[in-house]
Amino acid sequence: MSMAAEERSARAPWALTAPALMLFVGVLLIPLAMTVMLSFHDWGQYKGIEPVFILKNWHEIATDPYYAEMFWRTFRIAILTTLLTALLGAPEAYILNRMSGRWKSFFLLVILGPLLISVVARTLGWALLFGGNNGLVNKLLMSLGVMRSPIPFMFTETGMVVALAHVMMPFMVLSVWAALQRLDPQIENAAMSLGAGPVTIIRRIIMPQIMPGVLSGAIIVFSLSASAFATPAIIGGRRLKVAATLAYDEFLNTLNWPLGAAVATLLLIALVLIVVGSNALIERRYAEVFR
Amino acid sequence: MSRNGPLALIFHIIFVIVMVAPILVVCLVAFTPEGFLSLPTNGFSLRWFRTIANYPEFIHAFWVSLGLGALSSFVALLFAVPAALAIARYRFRGRDALAALFLSPLMIPHVVLGIAFLRFFTSVGIGGSFAALIIAHVIIVFPFALRLTLAATTGMDRTVEMAAVSLGAGGWTLFRRVTLPLILPGVISGWALAFIQSFDDLTMTVFLAAPGTETLPVRMFLYIQDNIDPLVTSVSACVIAVTMTALILLDRFYGLDRVLAGKGDTGR
Repeated sequence: MSMAAEERSARAPWALTAPALMLFVGVLLIPLAMTVMLSFHDWGQYKGIEPVFILKNWHEIATDPYYAEMFWRTFRIAILTTLLTALLGAPEAYILNRMSGRWKSFFLLVILGPLLISVVARTLGWALLFGGNNGLVNKLLMSLGVMRSPIPFMFTETGMVVALAHVMMPFMVLSVWAALQRLDPQIENAAMSLGAGPVTIIRRIIMPQIMPGVLSGAIIVFSLSASAFATPAIIGGRRLKVAATLAYDEFLNTLNWPLGAAVATLLLIALVLIVVGSNALIERRYAEVFR
Repeated sequence: MSRNGPLALIFHIIFVIVMVAPILVVCLVAFTPEGFLSLPTNGFSLRWFRTIANYPEFIHAFWVSLGLGALSSFVALLFAVPAALAIARYRFRGRDALAALFLSPLMIPHVVLGIAFLRFFTSVGIGGSFAALIIAHVIIVFPFALRLTLAATTGMDRTVEMAAVSLGAGGWTLFRRVTLPLILPGVISGWALAFIQSFDDLTMTVFLAAPGTETLPVRMFLYIQDNIDPLVTSVSACVIAVTMTALILLDRFYGLDRVLAGKGDTGR
């Protein structure tokens, strides 16, 4: 290769990515930096936003128990949602994987399809199903004898977790399903031929191998649930606030942008730390799977 | 391959019913002949679909969503296709960092993006405009456009390109006549997936939309906040129909499992 051609091939990838890079720096990184800056600005009912550097908003979040309670609620809902999707989604992915070709692709479409259907429409569906004390869900659960008296789903954390788990379920099924694709079905047969029962096979053979899939699915579900907006806003109503709905209120109702920016920045930092930390843990624990 | 036992099948059936129920109930209630929320037990009626015509803000919002989705996905591809070519074909310093940056909108919560864009667009003086919505949507759909284009570029047979080069094709001609047609299925699927993401986004857009630039999910959300009636179910049924059409197209063109599983994530 001549000098000129070599130089051109060294410059080519940068020339090709330059437009996208400029776009991302200009309208993603700069706005994000501005948001972090905004969280240090002052705000008053009558004076609006004052571009000074103070820790007022951060101090308020750190000391007012209202914010601690709100963040704890946000993460509690996200944890319960993650557990629910893992407990139901992992077995379903396993069952799905054992189906024959046509049924497998049909049900995969049915279960993953909702991923691309409007979250507003899906949550509306749950609002209709929950609908007060004589909602369909309560009627069904009572006629099945699961419980005697109706339990409230609308405007409660229970309802939020159920609806969020439904919204997030495809991510979990997808993640476990991807892990199952790497699994050699012959290992299962080998275990069976050596006299292992179905419980032993699932506990000793299947579980350890799909665990990375469950965990990476859990990370996705957790981070999306902790920052979810539509479902908590519709099911939770105006009183049961989570981080995303609180930030929305500060920005569009109270107009205290600096405080809203501080809530959003804290949510982002917390999520990045949790996601990066658990990713590192999983990769160390299951290094052999990722190699 | 071993079969599923009866217990597994019962679990599966309940699971599928629960997954489909909320979507089904929205579509059923949309056809109710009654004036209140109810399942259509006394026959089906289109009255709530006709009622949409009396709410021009829903119709306007639908066109805003459609235009926004189509345009922002197209613009995202203009940036994503060259970037995908670079990432798939060259090994250069900073390649991994660039790929991570381009996929980062997937990791950043949309509520944070909404706030950041609101702050940014207000300070540069285009807050609430359609142009601002386009720019913001280009960023959030970019990872989807990039992923599918990247998968197509990585899987492409390069001998055809070499043949074209040996016949004297170069630069733009090579791209337009050889490379682009070869990666077109991936590019179109990338567009469709990006369109769906843009068409359905609420969390980020709710911060940016102003009266006149409200998208359909934003309009629906604001409506639901006040009251839930059959009207919003019939609008939802229309939204579901649009998404389903795009889904079926995507499945025919590319295979939905490939789209959703995001094969060939970063071209590695």
